[in-house]
Amino acid sequence: MSSPTTPSSRDRILGRVRAALAGAPDVPPPSRGYATAHTADDPAALLDLLHENLADYRAKVHRGTEAELPSLVERLLREHGAGSVAVPPGLPAVWLSRTTVEQRHDRGGRVPAGDRTSPAGAVPDATLTPYELDATDAVVTGCALAIAETGTIVLDGGPGQGRRSLTLVPDLHICVVRTADQIVASVPRALPRLDPGHPLTWISGPSATSDIELDRVEGVHGPRTLHVVLLVDAEDGGGG
Amino acid sequence: MKEEKARASARVDGRGPGDGRAFIGMPAFPEAAAEAVGNDTLRANLRHATRTIRDKRAVAVAELDDWAELREAGKQIKDRTLHRLDHYLVQLEESVTAAGGTVHWAADAAEANRIVADLVKATGESEVVKVKSMATQEIGLNEALEAEGITAYETDLAELIVQLGEDRPSHILVPAIHRNRGEIRDIFRSEMGKWGRPAPEGLGDSPAELAEAARLHLREKFLRAKVGISGANFMVAETGTLVVVESEGNGRMCLTLPETLISVVGIEKVVPTWRDLEVFLQTLPRSSTAERMNPYTSMWTGTSDDDGPSDFHLVLLDNGRTDVLADEVGRQTLRCIRCSACLNVCPVYERAGGHAYGSVYPGPIGAVLTPQLRGTTSEIDASLPYASTLCGACYDVCPVAIDIPEVLVHLREKVADRGGRGHRLEKAAVKAAGWVLDRPGVLAAGERVAARTRGLHPGRLPGASGWTDSRDLPRMPAEPFRDWWRKNRS
Repeated sequence: MSSPTTPSSRDRILGRVRAALAGAPDVPPPSRGYATAHTADDPAALLDLLHENLADYRAKVHRGTEAELPSLVERLLREHGAGSVAVPPGLPAVWLSRTTVEQRHDRGGRVPAGDRTSPAGAVPDATLTPYELDATDAVVTGCALAIAETGTIVLDGGPGQGRRSLTLVPDLHICVVRTADQIVASVPRALPRLDPGHPLTWISGPSATSDIELDRVEGVHGPRTLHVVLLVDAEDGGGG
Repeated sequence: MKEEKARASARVDGRGPGDGRAFIGMPAFPEAAAEAVGNDTLRANLRHATRTIRDKRAVAVAELDDWAELREAGKQIKDRTLHRLDHYLVQLEESVTAAGGTVHWAADAAEANRIVADLVKATGESEVVKVKSMATQEIGLNEALEAEGITAYETDLAELIVQLGEDRPSHILVPAIHRNRGEIRDIFRSEMGKWGRPAPEGLGDSPAELAEAARLHLREKFLRAKVGISGANFMVAETGTLVVVESEGNGRMCLTLPETLISVVGIEKVVPTWRDLEVFLQTLPRSSTAERMNPYTSMWTGTSDDDGPSDFHLVLLDNGRTDVLADEVGRQTLRCIRCSACLNVCPVYERAGGHAYGSVYPGPIGAVLTPQLRGTTSEIDASLPYASTLCGACYDVCPVAIDIPEVLVHLREKVADRGGRGHRLEKAAVKAAGWVLDRPGVLAAGERVAARTRGLHPGRLPGASGWTDSRDLPRMPAEPFRDWWRKNRS
């Protein structure tokens, strides 16, 4: 659509900015004397730190091997009483090979206009509407990377992650982190690995609020339960 | 200059869109604060909340041994940006446009409100869901939309409490900080039904129950929403990326589910590069909610083919910011990232509460930002630079090192230079003192008279009662020092 703003508003603001800065000395580029990371690059230590920080913000953290993953996912869905699970495009089918709950595969893409308010009634390989997602109990995804120092997982919509609403509307989110290549130490280490051209969601624990007397309470609008599965090599030992 | 005055008076006296209905006819800070200080419940709520968060913040900050360097980098990035703001705004506009967004420029509140209202109307919708946003509060967007027949639903828990209670926000991060759990339960019980899904039967006052009630109440609104309105914490010029940090997931709902997204953002929120986020994403959560990272951060660049809104509009808001930029001392205020750490450590805020500041920006940052954005022509705005003891705690915690005491003193000078009742008295007294001190004979005579009549002096001076009522007049010595020196030492 054409912009309703008259050119003069843009020019006026930019003109006022230039007038305000007239005669002001230029400021040099910032000095970046801060640390790139606060943790040594030891994979085992980063894994432990990520585990600890995720748990500190009430994510439920598990370690398991690739072989153990299908039964772990099955158990978590069962224990939560989930009757249905949203499945993003590109999720390894084997992850859900042990569960018997109804799988609702999201095709991705946008919900066609006019179709958004249709009541739940999952069509295989359709684009799930907000209402259908609301009637879906859980979602299983991978992630783009995880940040140990802050206990954060980052989703970029890549394979196995899906659209942002998939990990938002269902009440249970199970997120799998490949610890061999997806953990970074810090925020400064995370940003260069992410593409700002993709919508990004940084998740640090389940939905929470501090709005009542500044006490933190977990569970408002986003998923109230967040399970993070740290996928480790067989020799590192598993155990849910 | 004429234009500036006209805008200032429209903002202050007209109580037009720039102020919303929230702060109509606010008394000056001292009166409003005196009333708040007398409210025991309010004081207890504030004391509990600010002390809780203050201690937690100190712990979160202490975890990073390079906090001082992060703070310095944040300050320098913002300064660099502000000094080239025209360049970065144009770059941002290009990036957002290239990514499929539409950029609008709003010189003031009225223009921003009109742009948003027209965009909403173009969708054919009559309701919108909103992410908590200081900029849209500042311009009174909800009231402007209401006047156009559009209902704006606040979805942040604290904003919901304020909206349902027909109340005013009193804290940047936690607008309902002045309410305790019992008050919130009562508001939910009596008001939720009028806006949509009523509160559950027998709703208790535990924070978990209250959060659950908000979840149920707002869910139907999120699912059917076609238009979302947000602000943004950061805008990246080189990529066109907008960033919203939040906790509850209401932000994600508003940014993701609707077909149209409108973001209203102050022009000072731009940062030059993607890399710059590595500083602020470390300092903001720790300063704000005292967390290593807030639960949810959303980043989006224009529109994407298969995820989220298909129509994205960015409204760049001036509304007085270029006036702030023009002031060499006051300019640093625009570094603010709205973390609210300065509120939580301020002894004046802790006792007076947020409402006394008469603006959506309370506390120390409000005391410097509001008078610069709105001018100091009204009584409340002229009194704000004095709403401080200049203790400096706000500067110490500020993650972008805004020297709030320096700006306060600078603004006091500006208010004083314009004159006013109190300042005329002060100026006359200083002028008289100067005349006496220039004339040693007059000074000596005066001192002797004062010493001999000391038995007759009242305990307190009449006249300037705002100062003298609570202060005793110092006792006069039996003789002037200079007479004593001549007798005993010379």
